[in-house]
Amino acid sequence: MNADMTAPTIPEKREFWRWQENVWVDESRDWKSAGIVTCGIDVGSVSSQAVLMVDGELYGFNSMRTGNNSPDSATHALAGVMEKCGMKLEDIHYVVGTGYGRVNVPFAHRALTEIACHARGANYMGGSSVRTILDMGGQDCKAIRCDERGKVTRFLMNDKCAAGTGRGMEVIADLMQIPIAELGPRSFDVDVEPAAVSSVCVVFAKSEALGLLKAGYTKNKVIAAYCQAMAERVVSLLERVGVEEDFFITGGIAKNPGIVRRIEKLLGIKAMESRVDSQIAGALGAALFAYTLMSKKAA
Amino acid sequence: MIANYGYKDGSGEYYISIDTDQCISCSAARACLTACPQRMFEIISDDYDDEVARIRQANCRTLAYDCVECKPAAGYGSLPCVAACTPGAVKHSW
Repeated sequence: MNADMTAPTIPEKREFWRWQENVWVDESRDWKSAGIVTCGIDVGSVSSQAVLMVDGELYGFNSMRTGNNSPDSATHALAGVMEKCGMKLEDIHYVVGTGYGRVNVPFAHRALTEIACHARGANYMGGSSVRTILDMGGQDCKAIRCDERGKVTRFLMNDKCAAGTGRGMEVIADLMQIPIAELGPRSFDVDVEPAAVSSVCVVFAKSEALGLLKAGYTKNKVIAAYCQAMAERVVSLLERVGVEEDFFITGGIAKNPGIVRRIEKLLGIKAMESRVDSQIAGALGAALFAYTLMSKKAA
Repeated sequence: MIANYGYKDGSGEYYISIDTDQCISCSAARACLTACPQRMFEIISDDYDDEVARIRQANCRTLAYDCVECKPAAGYGSLPCVAACTPGAVKHSW
């Protein structure tokens, strides 16, 4: 026996699913001279966002992963952006909580559903011409129709399972051992567009993807098949509420061109480009509601 | 607002849609609340501060099973919730 034999080392596990967290503050403005400072907190099942608004205009935001505790996630999300601009909680006049953990935001004055907040946020981000919104969240998917003021006129939510959502994409990123941000671009690097994976459940879709790899599919081809399945799934939801232009996609999946381009192809219309991080739409809408509610209170 | 509650899975689409604009001045005295044998309907104040009906969250993912006893196969000619809502705000997708 070789006396020099050393114990096998366990390779460091890379987190392929981990997406880019973001903190941003508009440093050209001074919040101290503002009349009304409001905040929207979106505690989702996978990510949490805090948005600060100064006199009804976007001032700063923080987007980070949700922990195992909604109140802590809300507190950390807000602390991240407040720290960057030297603000304190008592400087904020009104806070609205939204998302999966909205009732657990300890400092919120009011909780509103993410459906209303995403519509309002998309209306701000894309303008008053936005009529159809697809929110692809961490563990659910919502198709929303709204009017020119961002008021919801029709909605449909599928929160039965994680297929067709951000969490499903994280699972595939880990399975393929490819960073999540690369999945979209790589899904186009195929000779022939494959058929979509057939499973609607993310657990079965994962085992189907493994089967495709064993059958000789390249990783890119499997990713393309999964992106196509996600696109088909959400398009069936959108068709149920009816799609009217302009069309806007919110949530983390809006950053994945592999899904977005396929949805556009199936619908035959283009999604609007977002001028700010699409992932903050819910929190942004909540901050806008907070601004309206505070303005009414102050009047 | 047309609110769709329910889900789509491998077996089909199961949605109950409620036209909440009809709920604001309900002319059926909130009959949906008592018509449903499963008591799936509830009245809430929505995000725009209107009093509207919705499906309880606990039932949203199990509609296919919860509604089964009111479907034609169980002997019903019409769905009790749809019949009770005389303004016609309630619809089933299946």
